[in-house]
This record gives sequence, structure tokens and C-alpha cells, in this order.
Amino acid sequence: MNQLLRFTTAGSVDDGKSTLIGRLLFDSKSIFEDQLEAVQASSTKKGFDYVDLSLLTDGLRSEREQGITIDVAYRYFATPKRKFIIADTPGHIQYTRNMVTGASTANLALILIDARKGLIEQTFRHSFLASLLKIPHIIVCVNKMDLVDYKEEVYEKIVEDYKAFSSKLEVHDIQFVPISALLGDNVVNRSEKMDWYQGATLLHMLETVHIESDYNHIDSRFPVQYVVRPQTRDHQDFRGYAGRVAGGIFRVGDEVLVLPSGFTSKIKTIEFGEEMLEEAFAPMSVIITLEDEIDISRGDIIAKPTNHPESNQDIELMLCWMNQRPMSLNSKYYLRHTSRETKAVLKEITYKLDISSAKKIEGVEQLGMNDIARIKLRTAQPLEFDSYRKNRITGSIILVDEGTNETVAAGMII
Amino acid sequence: MSQYYLSHLRELESEAIYIIREVVAQFERPALLFSGGKDSIVLAYLSRKAFYPARIPFPLVHIDTGHNFPETMEYRDWLVNELGVRLVVGSVQESIDKGRAKEETGINASRNALQTVTLLDTIEQNKFDAAMGGARRDEEKARAKERFFSHRDEFGQWDPKNQRPELWNIFNGRKHLGEHFRVFPISNWTEMDVWQYLFAENISIPKLYYSHKREVIVRDGTILSTSPYLKLKSDEKPIEMTVRFRTCGDMPITGAVESDADTMEKIIDEVAASRKTERGTRADDKRGETAMEDRKKSGYF
Repeated sequence: MNQLLRFTTAGSVDDGKSTLIGRLLFDSKSIFEDQLEAVQASSTKKGFDYVDLSLLTDGLRSEREQGITIDVAYRYFATPKRKFIIADTPGHIQYTRNMVTGASTANLALILIDARKGLIEQTFRHSFLASLLKIPHIIVCVNKMDLVDYKEEVYEKIVEDYKAFSSKLEVHDIQFVPISALLGDNVVNRSEKMDWYQGATLLHMLETVHIESDYNHIDSRFPVQYVVRPQTRDHQDFRGYAGRVAGGIFRVGDEVLVLPSGFTSKIKTIEFGEEMLEEAFAPMSVIITLEDEIDISRGDIIAKPTNHPESNQDIELMLCWMNQRPMSLNSKYYLRHTSRETKAVLKEITYKLDISSAKKIEGVEQLGMNDIARIKLRTAQPLEFDSYRKNRITGSIILVDEGTNETVAAGMII
Repeated sequence: MSQYYLSHLRELESEAIYIIREVVAQFERPALLFSGGKDSIVLAYLSRKAFYPARIPFPLVHIDTGHNFPETMEYRDWLVNELGVRLVVGSVQESIDKGRAKEETGINASRNALQTVTLLDTIEQNKFDAAMGGARRDEEKARAKERFFSHRDEFGQWDPKNQRPELWNIFNGRKHLGEHFRVFPISNWTEMDVWQYLFAENISIPKLYYSHKREVIVRDGTILSTSPYLKLKSDEKPIEMTVRFRTCGDMPITGAVESDADTMEKIIDEVAASRKTERGTRADDKRGETAMEDRKKSGYF
């Protein structure tokens, strides 16, 4: 069965990220002739003596004019083993918000390091963000090996440096691979120039990394999105709760607890279209019906009497601020969490984090674009949530500006 | 617990259904933009699954350019009946008659760009606040950065630099009066995923997609069906070819490919082996390197 792997790429301006993506698409034969012809023509027009694969991924006009990527772009490719979705994000400091966006749905982060430069400030920042967003897997690509004569010592030194630094991160699965994106070494095809490297190619790693445990299958959580009531003659009394399982496993006959009401009941059916299912797990979208008639609406969460989320109006979070206008103490926002919306007020900025050095800065009263901070919010109604560490779905929130309706912050509950 | 994971197709299906349900929960007057093409067909069937046993709680909206393939129209009416869903038609001919849109002239004239006017008028007249479409991010460069929930200002315009960040699976559909959203539930699907899904779910599609004999002309390398809407140059002679269509747009601009694929299995094999993108057969995308981006900004699908 073909699985889906979502990964994000983070890199600095010149470390060859776009070239690497172009190479993955090209060598896995995911590029069409007409796309390649367009890139060949652009390369010739610019006077390059090679086909610039990075042109494959640089999308919008404003970007092509500036020659940089400015937003999250999604790319797709498939091999006989897996289908891949790449969230391609730019690496500049001012684009933390884009990296956070791309990382929020990723199973895996690709981190690029220029073999000539070794670990630089951006490496720390990208890795730190991957850890903060709890991306389960990291692959560190030591790129441009061709420019250091494919020397093993150069690679080994970078691996060692990275391991020393990453012991402080909360990512447990980190792999390394020496590559040249420009020439294709160890990307899809094995390099003939690095006999000393016995490990897998990048594509092989992407195809085999173990992602079955990336979703929480322990703590049962079902946020209700919508109540389905057909009100037709055939289904007069039908009352189904539509939603996407956020964690754990639900089975027909299971005892369930509905929050915030606190009512309990049993699962009568689990339905998907015309199919009747025995069980449902994350990330399945299903309809659940219960034995008892209880008042349940959008924003409620179905869990188990023995295992349910906590309920609180005071929430501590790691927050990434994403708007031009700063966030200050006591400002109010709409808070969105699973299928729920309530109001929230910023009560405290505990500290701001310098993500390049992981230093905590206290005494801050305002957060600006791309700042990351530990904060306290108070909500208008109690929220049923888990820690982000436990569940990325029931542990995450966004804040929405009351006036402009823009999404202004992403938060991970501690 | 290794059996607790989904195939990529089931995961995409689950994601799309989640988004369709979010639209119905977050908006008051949603609609599904139905072109008759395979992507919007998949969307219609996903909508059915999302709310079953209830009916689809929003109408299908068809922007009728008047230049559609007859096969598309026949299929549309069949599907509306099959799903028991309401149909709203916006007519480009009507927009032209009212002077809201001006017909292009010349040999390559098309009504493709005129659809934007009719679409925006239809959205406004029906007060739709969310219009779902079957666009996919793999189709075209400008779409690679499109959000699932794409905000449009009161003029229906898209601003690529001012899109709301989309995090996890939390979608922000808050808006001011007069603004609306375009929502793309199958953003993450590729052409192959769509075909595999149609096959797996045994969904009927218009006959156009299957190989058939047709009277065509070949213009600048593009195979175009003859029709009352296509003006022929003096040296163009119609010939009969065995073709099928990979997309389902207006007759005068939708190119065919030579093909013997007369079953869905054969189409899937053909798509897998194909070295050209499906939009490569669309004359409207060849009007410049950023043709799609420019049309999108002004409110195109």
C-alpha cells in the first residue's frame, strides 16, 4: 500500500534547495517534457551553460523577478513506493512564518548544509524550528560535496558538529547523507565518487523512513466538525457526528465521553459514505453515531471516559507571531482550536526566544513578525486540549485578528 | 500497530472530505464550481461521501460558456439527477448580451477569459460566500502556492502576496461582508491521484475522456475538435483521428491527444507513461509564461 509522506525543505539562499528539489523531481522522472523544455529555454536565455533545475520550482512572477522564493510552495512526486508532498519554504530569517507553516503538516524535514560552509546560524534556526514544530524525522543533506572534492573528512566533521548540537533538540530520528544536488550524487542515484559512504541515497531514505507511528494512536480524540441530519423519510432520526479522528482508535461499541458537556454514551455506528466501519483512527474522516440522543454540536470533542483532554481557560503556549502589526499584552483575538472558536487575551509574555542561539529573553512586552515566545493566554470559554507534544492536532491553535480577520499567530500548547 | 495507516489515496480522500465539511460548517452559502471536468466530478463525489446519508448541502454551479462539448452538458445533467443536487447555471452568453463581457475576435478567439465576469456575477447574485473548485496545485506553477482556503477581496481578486498562512488543519474562513473564499479541497491531488480515485470508486466520467473517432484539425501542433465555435483558416482541412481529451474545457481551445485508451485502466497507463502535462494541451495557458497567474489575480477559477 502506497503511503503519503509530507516533508518540508528548509535552506538558506544559496545552498541549493531549489536545485535539490529540481533534482529529485528530475531523477525520479516526475518532470514532464514541456516543463523541462521551458526550463531549458529559460536557462539558455539567462546564459547558463547547464540546465538550472531550480527554475522548475520558482513559481510566481514576483519571485522570478527577485530570483528568490517568497512563500510556501507545494510540489508533488511519486515513486512506486510512496507519494511525496514537498512544502518548499524559503530560508531567510524574515520567513520564519513560512517555515512554521510548511513544518506544521510535515512528517519530515530536509535540512541542507553547504559542505564548504558547515553549520551556520540558519542551520541552527531551521533545526530548532523543526524541533519546535515536532517534526518526527530529520534528514540532514550535506550538499555541494562536489565542491569539496567529495572528501569524507569534510562530511564527517559536519555530521559530528550537527550531532553535538542536535542532542539538545527534541527530534529523535536524524539521518545524514552527503550529496551533490547539482550533479545528482546520492540524491536518487548512488554516487560513484563517494565510495566511503555506505548509507542510503536520499530518495531511499524518503521511501523507507518509518512514518506509521507519526499519528497518535493511543489517546482517542474526535473533534466534531458538523452534525449530519438528513431529515428525509428514509433517515428521519439519523443524527451523525462528522469529523476527522485526531488521535487514538474508535471502535463500534466503545464507551465515549463528550466534552465539554460531560455526557457519556456508546458508539452505535462508524460510517463512511455507504460503508459501515468497525473502527476509525487518525487521520480518517468519518461519521459517528451514538446510542443515546445527546446534544452535541460543532466544537465538541468525543473522547473516552478513561482518557480525555484537559479542560482549562488558562493556556501556556509556544507562539509564533506572523503579522506585521505587533502583538502586545492584553490584546484580544479569536482563537481557533480543532473545530472550536473562542476569544482569547494575551496575559503574559514569559520570554521571547532567540531561535539562532536558543537564548531566552525576558521582560518583553511586544512580539513582532516572526518572533517566537512562550506566552500565557486566557480564553473566554474553557478549552479541551492536549499538549502539542502529545498530539499535534489537539495541541495546536491559531489566533485571528478581530479587525482584519487575518491569521496572525500559530501556537503550540505546552 | 502497523495496520493503522492509510494508503495515500485514502489519506487524500480523508483530507478533502475534512475540508468540504469545514466549508459547510464555516460558511452560510457555499457552492461547488462544476466544470464537467474530472476534477470537479471527483469533488462532487467526495461531497456526496462527506454528508451521506444526507444530500449534498450546497448547489453545483456551472459557468456555461456556450462553447461546451455536448458530452459535457449531457454528463452534467445526468450527474445532477444522480446526486439529487441543485444546479445553478451562469451564462457567458447572457453576460455578453447584457454588455458585461465583450466577445474576443480573431482566429484564436475564446470565451475562456470571459468566464471570470460571469463567475463573479453569479457569485454575487447568489450571495455565495464560498466557492469550491477542483483546482490542484500540481497543475500549474501559480497554483503551487495557492491555499486550501483562498481569500478573495470584494472585487473577487486574489493577492498572492497577502495570503493567510495555513497551519496544521485549522482553516480560517473569517471574512468581511462582500468578500468571499475560493476553496480547493483536492489541492494536494495529482492528475494520477484523480484517475486512480475515479477508478477505485468506479465513477462514471464524460465520454470525451475515452478514446473515440472525431473530426479535428491540427493547429500549431494542437489537435482541436471541429465545432460551430471554431473558425477555420483557409488552408485548414478537417480530418478524422482517434483521440481523447485530458481536460474538459471549451471546444475551441481544448486540445485532444491521439490515443487508443478506451478504458480507465488504459487511461491510467497512458497518464503514467505520459511525458507532457495535461495543461500542455490548453491553448489558454500558452499566452505567456505567467498567463495563469495573471488570470487568477483578476478572479479566474
